[in-house]
Amino acid sequence: MFLDLRQICKNFGSFTALRDISLAVQKGEFVCFLGPSGCGKTTLLRIIAGLEVQTAGQVFQGGRDISCLPPAQRDYGIVFQSYALFPNLSVFDNVSYGLVNRKVPRAQTRQRVTDLLKLVGLPGSEAKFPGQLSGGQQQRIALARALATAPGLLLLDEPLSALDALERVRLRQEIRSLQQTLGVTTIMVTHDQEEALSVADRIVVMNHGVIEQVGTPMAIYREPASPFVADFVGKVNVLNAQRVGNSLQLGQMRVPSNGAEGAVKVYLRPEDVLAHPIAPGDAHVFSCQIEGIDFLGSHCHVHVSAPLLGDQKLTVYLSPNFLSEQSLRAGSALTLKLLPERLKVF
Amino acid sequence: MASVLQLPVVKQHYHWIDRLAHVMLGLVAVFLLYFLALPLGAILIQALQSDSGEFVWLANFLAYAKTPALLGSLWNSLWVSGLVTLIVLPLAFTFAYALSRSCMPYKALFRGITLVPLLAPSLLSAISLIYWFGNQGVLKVWLEHIGIDEIYGAPGIVLAECIAVFPHTLMILVTALSMSDARLFEAADAMGTTALRKFFTITLPGAKYGLISAAMVTFTLVITDFGIPKVIGGNFNVLATDVFKLVIGQQDFAKGAVVAILLLTPAVLSFAVDGYVSRRQTAMLSARAIPYRAQPAPLFDRLMTLFCANIALLVLAMLGMAVFASFATFWPYNLTPSLRHYTLGLLDAEVGVAFLNSITMAGGTALFGTALVFVGAYLLEKTKGMDSLRAGVRLLAVVPMAVPGLVLGLGYIFFFNASSNPLNGLYHTLTLLTLCTIIHFYTTGHLTAVTALKALDSEFEAVSASLKVPFYKTFWRVTLPICTPALVDMARYFFINAMTTISAVVFLYSPETKVASIAILNLDEAGEMGAAAAMAVLIGLASTLATLFFMMLAWWVNRRTQAWRR
Repeated sequence: MFLDLRQICKNFGSFTALRDISLAVQKGEFVCFLGPSGCGKTTLLRIIAGLEVQTAGQVFQGGRDISCLPPAQRDYGIVFQSYALFPNLSVFDNVSYGLVNRKVPRAQTRQRVTDLLKLVGLPGSEAKFPGQLSGGQQQRIALARALATAPGLLLLDEPLSALDALERVRLRQEIRSLQQTLGVTTIMVTHDQEEALSVADRIVVMNHGVIEQVGTPMAIYREPASPFVADFVGKVNVLNAQRVGNSLQLGQMRVPSNGAEGAVKVYLRPEDVLAHPIAPGDAHVFSCQIEGIDFLGSHCHVHVSAPLLGDQKLTVYLSPNFLSEQSLRAGSALTLKLLPERLKVF
Repeated sequence: MASVLQLPVVKQHYHWIDRLAHVMLGLVAVFLLYFLALPLGAILIQALQSDSGEFVWLANFLAYAKTPALLGSLWNSLWVSGLVTLIVLPLAFTFAYALSRSCMPYKALFRGITLVPLLAPSLLSAISLIYWFGNQGVLKVWLEHIGIDEIYGAPGIVLAECIAVFPHTLMILVTALSMSDARLFEAADAMGTTALRKFFTITLPGAKYGLISAAMVTFTLVITDFGIPKVIGGNFNVLATDVFKLVIGQQDFAKGAVVAILLLTPAVLSFAVDGYVSRRQTAMLSARAIPYRAQPAPLFDRLMTLFCANIALLVLAMLGMAVFASFATFWPYNLTPSLRHYTLGLLDAEVGVAFLNSITMAGGTALFGTALVFVGAYLLEKTKGMDSLRAGVRLLAVVPMAVPGLVLGLGYIFFFNASSNPLNGLYHTLTLLTLCTIIHFYTTGHLTAVTALKALDSEFEAVSASLKVPFYKTFWRVTLPICTPALVDMARYFFINAMTTISAVVFLYSPETKVASIAILNLDEAGEMGAAAAMAVLIGLASTLATLFFMMLAWWVNRRTQAWRR
């Protein structure tokens, strides 16, 4: 175990930012802290960095208790949302900032900077100033600076949030492949679920200062541990249902399910409701009426109301091709099929 | 949960480099304590003590209240300051409005002219007034027409103060009016709102806090000013001249301390109001606001130009007269230009030495003041730990704003003249004059530095720590180079104010360490008005040269250190 957080608590005055957080990170792992703003994910990252001091709890890195060490005595590189590049220093001086202080020989420093700039895809930019670079390029320089001293841990605090959408996707892939090449243990804080799903080995979903779920992206998405996780990661339809015996009563539809009897909420991803293929005689098929269609390019969000499900509304994803083939528009009738094994009941 | 709460609270160890920052912050605290808090405390103690040093509660205050002459001064101070505020505020507001909301030509010129009075001691406007309206004044008859016997006394003080405080009031109002959101006006236009209604529903409410703050500052500047009432006040007594007479003339320290505390009241009040106002003001304007751009309106623009030209002319006439008179051989009989007053002042009255003292003091204030204030602000803003000490230093750094120079100077007498003070040897030295001036103008420099530092990314220090680079290296390689324009600004501000200040240093000089602004007062007292005018002009000249020097320095520094800004 490379990084070990034990019962971390953080209070700001009477406000509890983090409550009893315990987490273990393996060496070489890429972990994302995911959650809405104010959930404590950045605070937790800053505690690992020593920039905030936890009210209680311990932090171990590589077997060493670093709970009380100041930032300068810990071993990590950090990248902030704001890049925090020194604007008056050239790219070379920025990247070599930490090396110069370690009395690394000049030739070796130059070689290291050249290598790092090549690694982040900006070879030959040594003489430029940060102000002459785009946001994405600046963040690559910040990454090179953080990696220059070859730290054992890389901390990324919303590194992509200040970038435009295209650059964000490109850079997150680069960060992921860089991380796999170097094998450096990495923790990234983000509020963007897509970002977390696409790069992380494991995701830590946080809310109101506690960890809701830790798991692989697939597990987080398909097996959410709580309504919050289901709701926060991906889109989800929430339906009211009654559990009677060993089945769920969803309006007039019955679906097998085990658990306590009574009123429950059913969470159902839009992609788990199919419009085709539906063979005659399939179970869990219901007809409904299209109330509205949001066109999003590659696919459409189709909002329907289903009398069979007790007049509840839900959203499904359909392709524009399918809609035009079937001449479906607002007001049209539509037949859909539920995948009962994909229902999550809370 | 309970088991977690029982764990001991975690405290981070400090790296010895962080300790270094703490020690330095401690030194700044000691400095502010010794040269600001304790002298002010000395005034309070003095006010509560009898001459023999017994504690007498409020007896001194009661004795003061029973002295009709002194109460008269209090009333004089209040109504004169109030009147000046009432006159200056609308004029400065109109001027600021013209600068920020009209398409008037020559804006920079008009603005520049109104700032000129800041380059000379405030008493220069009083000297000019005497040349215009004094016993041998050019336009003395005008006064008689409007039923004023003589300029000496309240009329002179009011007029001279109006000229002297105008630039200060104007600066606050220009700032207040420049913070406007064009979108509000566009929305109003879209709804077909009249210009008058826009003024009363958008402009005025937006500038409300600026107006309040400007009024308080104007009032405070006038009530605490010493030079102008001294020169043109005649037998008209005000609080500021009373302090001087009580302490230096009658050696009545207790009553002097009481008056000092009275002078402190409006300043502290305006300080508190200003703090409240600035908090409200920032909350009002969002970062997304689009600055207002004036549209040409021929009639309005012409009216505004006329108004500003008049004010500018008035300022120029005021200052021009002093310059003219300083060259006149023998006012008012022989107006042939000569350097008589300059030679008389510089050589015969030995103001030359005082002038050198002034330059030394101003240079020292600019150099050491800027260094101290910037390092202090850096330690406050960019280092961590020692939170209670930090809060104390933060408070002490803004206190000088509320302390009039006279009060500070008085505190220095009480504190440093005491034989028990280990630094008693500093009394009467240029060093103490310099330190006093640094403290006097500390807050403005501090706020400039804080603004510059806050504009820096707050994570620079975190990044440096993660790269294991000590904070002082980042300070030297990054923070300082980025902030050099602000440093030059601070140095210029310190230099010019040190050249022109009178109020604090008037208590602290000895014949050897007399500074030029004080020498002017002495020349005036000795009846050498011409020489006094000449020396005031010289100070103005020195300040102007210094301003030009600092502008060139700023240009050079910008080229050297700000290349990355492109």
